[in-house]
Amino acid sequence: MRLTQGMFSFLPDLTDDEIAAQVDYFIRNGWAVSIEHTDDPHPRNTYWEMWGQPMFDLGSTRPFMTALAECREAMQSAYIRVTAFDATKGWESPRASFIAHRPTAEDGFALARTSVQGRTQRYGIRADVTDRPTAGRYR
Amino acid sequence: MNTMPDDRYRAGVMPYAQMGYWEPGYEPKDTDLIALFRITPQDGVDAVEAAAAVAGESSTATWTVVWTDRLTACENYRAKAYRVEQVPNRDDQYFAWIAYDLDLFEPGSISNLTASIIGNVFGFKPLRALRLEDMRIPVAYLKTFAGPPTGIVVERERLDKYGRPLLGATVKPKLGLSGRNYGRVVYEALRGGLDFTKDDENINSQPFMHWRDRFLYCMEAVNRAEAATGEVKGTYLNVTAATMEEMYERAEFAKELGSVVVMIDLVIGYTAIQSMSAWARRNDMILHLHRAGHSTYTRQRDHGVSFRVIAKWMRMAGVDHIHAGTVVGKLEGDPATIAGIYDILRDEYTNADLSHGVFFDQPWAGLNKVMPVASGGIHAGQMHQLLHYLGEDCVLQFGGGTIGHPDGIAAGATANRVALEAMIKARNEGRDYLVEGPEILRTAAQRCAPLARALETWGDVTFDYTSTDAPDFVPVPTTA
Repeated sequence: MRLTQGMFSFLPDLTDDEIAAQVDYFIRNGWAVSIEHTDDPHPRNTYWEMWGQPMFDLGSTRPFMTALAECREAMQSAYIRVTAFDATKGWESPRASFIAHRPTAEDGFALARTSVQGRTQRYGIRADVTDRPTAGRYR
Repeated sequence: MNTMPDDRYRAGVMPYAQMGYWEPGYEPKDTDLIALFRITPQDGVDAVEAAAAVAGESSTATWTVVWTDRLTACENYRAKAYRVEQVPNRDDQYFAWIAYDLDLFEPGSISNLTASIIGNVFGFKPLRALRLEDMRIPVAYLKTFAGPPTGIVVERERLDKYGRPLLGATVKPKLGLSGRNYGRVVYEALRGGLDFTKDDENINSQPFMHWRDRFLYCMEAVNRAEAATGEVKGTYLNVTAATMEEMYERAEFAKELGSVVVMIDLVIGYTAIQSMSAWARRNDMILHLHRAGHSTYTRQRDHGVSFRVIAKWMRMAGVDHIHAGTVVGKLEGDPATIAGIYDILRDEYTNADLSHGVFFDQPWAGLNKVMPVASGGIHAGQMHQLLHYLGEDCVLQFGGGTIGHPDGIAAGATANRVALEAMIKARNEGRDYLVEGPEILRTAAQRCAPLARALETWGDVTFDYTSTDAPDFVPVPTTA
């Protein structure tokens, strides 16, 4: 399967130049840009691991692209996303987010059902990869 | 300025303007509520007297002098018409500004506010027609409302979707599908790439589909689609019903099944909307409002209530989504008027802009922002125009434009999502996407067969009719 979180998952994976163009847009808007990675892409797994602090006051995309390359090198079999934070009053929240790297083979999600009363089902979604011990995921 | 005669309280009939409802030069207080009416007086009726009559009939007056006024601080409770101007290019119509004291209104009650301002006066004989064009709500009154339970910012956080409009589709046909068949449409549309599907306004609980069946099959579809994509999905379960008790029962069942959103229709009424808003706030639920029925009073410029006023009331009453026009689709929507309405829903502070039909500066006092929903006759080929006119904080709903795709519902959904992502990417890259839009779509379609088919099928479909609700003020170009 292909995880479709983020702004651009229905397009072909972005090249480094395309990623830099997006980050440039974030910088021009005055947003802080962060890199995060995870081995559990559950849709409600909000807190991916931070690759350093969000980058504030970036003058150019270069430091960001360097950090992204380092993260990719270290976390080849993880998902990596880029998130832009807007501190403007009334937002104070992410304003953009897209996946910048994904594992070559993406596992899917299992849907578990429990029958409750009547025909009601309780649903639980679980990333297949989380069946494996943390150490061995996506290897 | 006191324009009242000395014998103000002699029994009998007296012009409204002389009873204290016309006060030219009155400076509205920060705590006053101001209404802007478009008045069409009957032939021979003076515009000022008509404005004073509107002020009187929407506050304390009746047709004759009553001595019981004198038992009250009646000057305080009288609404005051303080300015009357002819409408540009209409010699039979006038704009009237009327100020109302804060104490006229019950805190936190849209029903009370509207019973006052639009309660009696629209049937008043000396007027041929009357329209409430705009309203300035004082911060002091706004602070008595809780507003949208979720708001744009938190909705995006909950759904984990940023930086692009959300995509939806209304299940079609609107009526007749069984619960099982209905859920199929939901599953296909969501797995294909949409964020939301939606019940239509008139889907409640009919012989062909009981509401519980719909909820059960829809949530099966939502959960399957989440597992297939790894993305949060939702379907607006319409809980509109005959009684509050029944609506609460349906909303509770939606919550029990894990839905992120429920839906109501405008026709349930303002009190019911506020009750459902409070319920949604208690239950972490996004509240979608379909504006069913609004065109009966919003569409004609001469008479009724402008939708920009309804938008303000709904932000106060507390809904998270509201259908607010598409500009390019099949339903009424002048671009300038729609821009004004979208601002009212999404701004922290809305600036007066006559060219958009917005008469007043309006601070929103921290009320959450409402997500406007564009729905009705839109398709992937219009993506650049939709993004240009409506911005990224909205829901774009392609019903026919998803379900009518020749290769199926999921293909229709994928076409819309690819078109959207390609347009957002191009915009962020600094391209002139409004001009280059068709080319951006064609390029994206080279790698996406469903988008290519969508453009083939609907690329040229437009709905080009004269708008009935355009602003009266046309901007004059300034020379630099």
